[in-house]
Amino acid sequence: MAGAPPLDGRIQHLLRELSPQVLGAVVRRYRDFAASEDAVQEALIAAVTHWPGEGLPDNPRAWLIRVAGRRMTDHVRAETARRHREQIVVSLVPPEEQLAIAAVDGDERDDTLDLLFMCCHPTLSPSSAIALTLRSVGGLTTAEIARAFLVPEATMAQRISRAKQTIKASGVPFEVPTAEQRAARLGAVNHVLYLIFNEGYTASSGPELHRTDLSGEALRLARLLHRLIPDDGEVAGLLALMLLTDARRAARTGPAGELIPLDEQDRSRWDRDAIGEGVALLTATLPRGAVGPYQLQAAVAAVHDEAASAAETDWPQILALYGLLQRISDNPMVTLNHAIAVAMVEGPAAGLEGLDALARDPRLAGHHRLDAVRAHLLERAGDRDGAIAFFQRAAERTASTAERNYLITRAARLRDAAG
Amino acid sequence: MKYMLMMNTPTGGPYQIAQWPQQDIKAHIAFMMSFARQLGESGELVGAEGLAGPDQAKVVRAGKDGTPITDGVFPESKEFLAGYWIVDVDSPERAYQIAAQASAAPGPGGAPLNLPIEVRQVMSGPPADSF
Repeated sequence: MAGAPPLDGRIQHLLRELSPQVLGAVVRRYRDFAASEDAVQEALIAAVTHWPGEGLPDNPRAWLIRVAGRRMTDHVRAETARRHREQIVVSLVPPEEQLAIAAVDGDERDDTLDLLFMCCHPTLSPSSAIALTLRSVGGLTTAEIARAFLVPEATMAQRISRAKQTIKASGVPFEVPTAEQRAARLGAVNHVLYLIFNEGYTASSGPELHRTDLSGEALRLARLLHRLIPDDGEVAGLLALMLLTDARRAARTGPAGELIPLDEQDRSRWDRDAIGEGVALLTATLPRGAVGPYQLQAAVAAVHDEAASAAETDWPQILALYGLLQRISDNPMVTLNHAIAVAMVEGPAAGLEGLDALARDPRLAGHHRLDAVRAHLLERAGDRDGAIAFFQRAAERTASTAERNYLITRAARLRDAAG
Repeated sequence: MKYMLMMNTPTGGPYQIAQWPQQDIKAHIAFMMSFARQLGESGELVGAEGLAGPDQAKVVRAGKDGTPITDGVFPESKEFLAGYWIVDVDSPERAYQIAAQASAAPGPGGAPLNLPIEVRQVMSGPPADSF
């Protein structure tokens, strides 16, 4: 077995890619998500045991579906027998009919997509959908997901198992979305992937600013989705947005883990390859019409990434993009970013006016981001005391340690300068 | 044995980190990060969390029908819990030693803050059966 190590690596890679396809196919056929997942796990273990010695089967995917199908057959038999014993009621459907195996069908594209639609179904809470997607489509272990979200493994296991129960109870696996439903369901998938990416990029709590494993996983899933549906502009936009944001990761924190704002980042540390890939995606997608929020946000990120320095940023372009975004989404965070762009183009006074209007929006009242933006604009306007006060107020309200440290340091810098 | 080390900081006292000079803030943050890293590396850290500022803290009680009744904010509170560590150590003395390290975090001018750290043992499972 001289060639064993490279084969092992290849097998691992292959299994990771195949497991959502196999799970999708098995769930579709047997309609029991939890049992299907167990069966697929057993099939994967069988593959790891047999393939290194016997070599890859001709059609690894069909092999896995067949083995998982056999496990499901055993499972259904056992279940039927148990029910039979317990209830002394014979199932109306003969077991052999329940077990009838449909031909091992072909379309890997539909299997993975169906699995994604199911895991990101709107009946699931976002945290459940995220956990289930990472587990079933991403192939992460429960322990890995728990670690990424800084919760005990038992908690994550419970969250995943409840999500499966919800799916079972709602009959979700059997739905094939209609053409109209499909857009909404795809929107839910995009949203879940975006949440995973953001969780990794700006860890929503705790001292670590980045949890790159989550961002990396979100990127991998977005790539997969884009490969499955290359024609969808918003999927391409989402992937571009992730690439163009993630490209700045290395420059976003200093040596002590401190947060560095966009305008002070060392742009030579930005990932040019990721920027190139993101821009190319956008360039191919934008002219195709029907521009959605992910494409617009990606376009904003691209304008930042392509500026040689903060001073050379094309703010009028960003202002126009946020104007478009405002028209298609009623989101106060978009309006907040619009106000920043207004300040950069027309001066801080105009931006501050926009903030006054936003402060009356109950969705944003008391939000630290509003205070932080006000502090920055006041600083630009030369109102040092006002800026210090709002930096401190934002620091008291944020739930991110890294951001709080950044905000109090920023206030201290202004105080020090005042002498 | 496990201990919870609670950092209670006085509202108007020396731990007004937001009012310090920039250099002292940075030194304090660097100390806390290296302290957390050391605890992790020694294999004694079970968990640690910092809490968001107290100015939006509420006290909640159940009303008649079980719905939440909130009270607060409490700007006049004398002290508040800023964060905690849970450590798994061989002796109470080791827990005190770790607490003393945290207490000596640098404050204004780099002088140790000597913050009070409350050390409480974490309740354990039932004892083994005795015959």
